[in-house]
Amino acid sequence: MNTYIEGILILAGINLMAVLGLSLLTGFTGLFSFGHAGFMAIGGYTSAMLSVKFNCPFIPAVLAGGLVASFFSMIIGKLTLNLKGDYFCIATLGFGEAIRLILDNVQYFGGARGWPGIPNSTNIWNVLAFNIIAVLFLANLIRSRHGRNLIAIREEELASQVIGINVFKHKMISLMISAAYAGIAGGLMAHYMTFLQPKMFSLVKSTELTIIVIFGGLGSISGSVLGALILTALPEFLRSVSQWRLVFYGLAVIFIMISRPEGLMGGYELTPSSLKKLLIRFKNRSQGKVKGLEGGNK
Amino acid sequence: MKRRLAYLLSFLLVLTLTLSACGQKTTTTAGGADVIKIGWMGSLSGDQAVWGQCEFDTVKMLIEETNAKGGLLGKTLQVVGYDTKGDPQEAVNVAKRLTGEDKVVAILGPNASGSAIPIASVLEAAKVPDIATVATNPKVTVMDGKVKPYNFRVCFIDPYQGAVVAGYAIDILKAKNAAILYDVGDDYSQGLTQFFEEYFVKKGGKIVAKEGFKTGDVDFRPQLSKIKATNPDVIFMPYFFKEVALSANQARELDIKATLLGGDGWPSEQLISMAKAAVEGAYFANHLDFDDPEVQDFKARYKAKYNKDVELNGYLVHDAFLLLVDSINRAGAADSQKIRDALETASITGITGKINIGKDTHNPEGKDAAIIKIIDGKYVFQQKYAAE
Repeated sequence: MNTYIEGILILAGINLMAVLGLSLLTGFTGLFSFGHAGFMAIGGYTSAMLSVKFNCPFIPAVLAGGLVASFFSMIIGKLTLNLKGDYFCIATLGFGEAIRLILDNVQYFGGARGWPGIPNSTNIWNVLAFNIIAVLFLANLIRSRHGRNLIAIREEELASQVIGINVFKHKMISLMISAAYAGIAGGLMAHYMTFLQPKMFSLVKSTELTIIVIFGGLGSISGSVLGALILTALPEFLRSVSQWRLVFYGLAVIFIMISRPEGLMGGYELTPSSLKKLLIRFKNRSQGKVKGLEGGNK
Repeated sequence: MKRRLAYLLSFLLVLTLTLSACGQKTTTTAGGADVIKIGWMGSLSGDQAVWGQCEFDTVKMLIEETNAKGGLLGKTLQVVGYDTKGDPQEAVNVAKRLTGEDKVVAILGPNASGSAIPIASVLEAAKVPDIATVATNPKVTVMDGKVKPYNFRVCFIDPYQGAVVAGYAIDILKAKNAAILYDVGDDYSQGLTQFFEEYFVKKGGKIVAKEGFKTGDVDFRPQLSKIKATNPDVIFMPYFFKEVALSANQARELDIKATLLGGDGWPSEQLISMAKAAVEGAYFANHLDFDDPEVQDFKARYKAKYNKDVELNGYLVHDAFLLLVDSINRAGAADSQKIRDALETASITGITGKINIGKDTHNPEGKDAAIIKIIDGKYVFQQKYAAE
């Protein structure tokens, strides 16, 4: 495969990893985060440290990155998840920037000058494997009791508390899993770029992830997958218009948000059964609209 | 709703397809047996866009001139340039695109060290050489004592620049106490600070204050007040002209009389227009003397074509281009591997000085820094100075 296309796919896969985590937090639990680049940074630097300084193999190093990010999220969560409304969002924003500034000044990790020489172990196959496992895990989680509780919290926090859901605990679980996903994404990124610089994990990266989640549709895993693929590839396709490409990128996002405020998938999922339904409906419509067949099941 | 989604998706699809098709067409129709493709990468957007734009314009101008003179090896030159936003991740994408899609024989740029370091593995896989312009971090070409086979550069490196400024301050300006104000969130600033400090202390000087600020800050008075209390002879300001202008103005407001010192982030017309009085009498290390007769011809050509003044990067990319042309000529073929081999033994005289590429470092060896003093709002060349 062409290395350029392969590179874009790997990047899309890495973004997808972080986006899936954020999708759980924002799309299914209703908590907005602008600090996920901070979790990516923690995961990235941890896994890089393990593989450079301690010769740890690739997969355990990346997973450890996810664990450490998850641990940090627990601390943040303990302090801020009881806050109501937008406060959590602001707290994560501060956290993300703080992590970046700390890394800027830790000379052990190369400081702002960056950390070169990380082994190049990320390739299209292990990114794909990580993505498939991540999607399957998330899909099952959403359909489990925990997942339903999360959705209940998103829809009506007070009511779910009344029926006996431990809101704080479930928000915490959601945040920790979400941070672990972002941490793993950071680890994959470190071993793809072979270079880490705190600048890579700025607020822009966090907002980019949030944009992808909203663009793909809140509360839809397949939306996140589509969003990550499209929004990672789009700026690369637009290279031919050079300086204007970021303008086009912005316009495309605005256009989607205006014409489809609920995002690309907006709560729908692309699963084998939903595809089949769609196909049947399509067939019915084209065969002169057989009436009554789909009246009941919408 | 479904229909609208379908419209939307098809619209997006068509948009991206046409745009990518356009891009493909321009590169393939112009590409052929008689064309040598050279890649360029750098910041065309973001906070370093001024320099990137100047670099790209310079490369385009030089290529036009070369083609007008009959091209190279009987073929015409063509440049393919992309924006990196100064972002490492974008730089890797661009390097992959230039080597994989556009099949360039060599790449000029990028200007930022943070972009030049991560592309090394891409270059090695594709076996395409790259000449960085003002990427001064030592790790751009040498990593853990081993030279990176496909990375070259035409500028001096940070340890050297830091040593030059520190040495000049102690030997010529007779400074004993130095204060440093630096950007804690910037790689360039951190690097210069580290090497200035090391060398200044080694030469017997004393660092009396070291204060940091964060990229984007506009008020430096708290740090400057602390610096003022220590009464230093010189203040080292290793960051870019915009912050230099602001901090220099504020230092003079606080009645700090110390001599200001800086590095190659200083030279810009902007600096003089923003802080003419404040930077009067300041010194900085530079890659070249702007008034050198060798440089005038290029300056005039650039001004005539773009009606703008050349920024520092223009001079260095000019020499990077000369170096590349020389290597292609000596290689005798537009073949990346042969060009790389030729680059290793290159020795040319550019407008920024003699460039002898060292085989073990891929840096221009023994390139002296120029010390510039600001007098009456003009950059006045003092001397070539080399730190031992």
